[in-house]
Amino acid sequence: MIAVEGLSIRQGEFALDGVTFTVPTGVYAVLMGQTGSGKTTLLEAIAGLRRPTAGRILLAGHDVTQFPPAIRNVGYVPQDAVLFKTMTVWENIAFALNVRKTQHSEVESRVRELAELLGLSGLLERRAVGLSGGEAQRVALGRAIAFRPAVLLLDEPLNAVDEDTRDRIVELLRGVRTEHKMTVLHITHSNAEAELLGERILRFDAGRVTVREER
Amino acid sequence: MTAPRPKSDVPFYLCLSLLGGLYVGLVAALLVADVAYTSTVDLGHVFASPQIRAAIWLSLISCSAAAILSVWVAVPLGYLLSRTRFPGRGFIDLLVDVPILLPPLVVGLSLLILFQMPPGAWFQRNVFAVAYAVPGVVLAQFAVSAAFAVRTMRVTFDQIDPRTEDIARTLGCSRAQAFWLVTLPEARRGILTAFTLAWARALGEFGPILVFCGATRMRTEVLSTSVFLELSIGNLEAALGVSLLMIGVAVFVLVITRAFGLRGTGLI
Repeated sequence: MIAVEGLSIRQGEFALDGVTFTVPTGVYAVLMGQTGSGKTTLLEAIAGLRRPTAGRILLAGHDVTQFPPAIRNVGYVPQDAVLFKTMTVWENIAFALNVRKTQHSEVESRVRELAELLGLSGLLERRAVGLSGGEAQRVALGRAIAFRPAVLLLDEPLNAVDEDTRDRIVELLRGVRTEHKMTVLHITHSNAEAELLGERILRFDAGRVTVREER
Repeated sequence: MTAPRPKSDVPFYLCLSLLGGLYVGLVAALLVADVAYTSTVDLGHVFASPQIRAAIWLSLISCSAAAILSVWVAVPLGYLLSRTRFPGRGFIDLLVDVPILLPPLVVGLSLLILFQMPPGAWFQRNVFAVAYAVPGVVLAQFAVSAAFAVRTMRVTFDQIDPRTEDIARTLGCSRAQAFWLVTLPEARRGILTAFTLAWARALGEFGPILVFCGATRMRTEVLSTSVFLELSIGNLEAALGVSLLMIGVAVFVLVITRAFGLRGTGLI
């Protein structure tokens, strides 16, 4: 479960005040709102990359507000993938597992499994530069879910991809939702994406999060 | 109504080429003059001289030591200046540039004074001699070349997206792990550039070494002091031979730096 309670963040001129919402365990929630409304800031705060000035963030029932990102057990896919350019696609996907000193055989099987799921098997040995938008997003997704986080945060993952790739990634995200049983918070400003993926559709408007639709 | 006939761009580019070409011509003429004045026989005599050979060895060793020390301090300092905000950051940023702006003789004089003060004198008495000794040569070179290395590393870290570290932290890294595993590998070209620039800068250092370490043959003589010493005894051919060697090394370092490094960043 993701629970955000009265969260306030100040960042220069920009401020979020008293944001509150929840996403129940295992639910795929889509958070919609206009550009510049603070959706990414909210996601970064949940991931532990922004320090709130007030309020609490609870993940799986634990107050993680003061926890560093490393121990929040959250997978985060930023809008522009932000891959590790000095590493291969394989090393990107295996990164979190290697940091956790996971056994080599387990890393190998997990990377192969994800590469198969994400259609990256042919790219594993390639350095993570010069990939297309869709390929980069799939690598970033694989990297974020490799360590089986309880929560997955997606920041407009379909923004920079063409239509064919979009359909493919939507299918992948549906697969992630059903197979990995993660609690997902997906940011978008596209109604179509929300309709395709969201079990709970949240609206972020004027600093308030409201439930627009539940399915 | 017909559009006016566009004027030719040729005069514009001609003016730019003529003005810029003056400087390019000067540098080329300097190099050509040096090469034309010397002969392979003179060069042979230069490299046969035990004093010059000792100076070459000391230059290679001291420049490498100064460049390693420069990178050793430039990586952490460049990272802190690029990525963090702390009290006194602006002052430190300014302080790091001081050795670049100071006249070289002043750097040497300041080092000399530092090692005459009680803590410096104590260090020389009880640890090892610095002034008028090889460690002093390395220190004089390091004092200036480290400033260039810090600048290079700061630009390098400025160019690396800090979000890669953020993502690494969400994947389980501490800040230190994110730095070692993600940022440092991305900075490797900048590190190589910082090393080569520091090395080249150390090779060209003359004023601080002369004041702080003197110009004792076979002891504290590096290539830049060799040029000075040969000139002072009127041996122009030897001075020119050493100069050509230094020019060759400088060109080599520039080629390496441009091949690996920060071309287009304003540093080179």
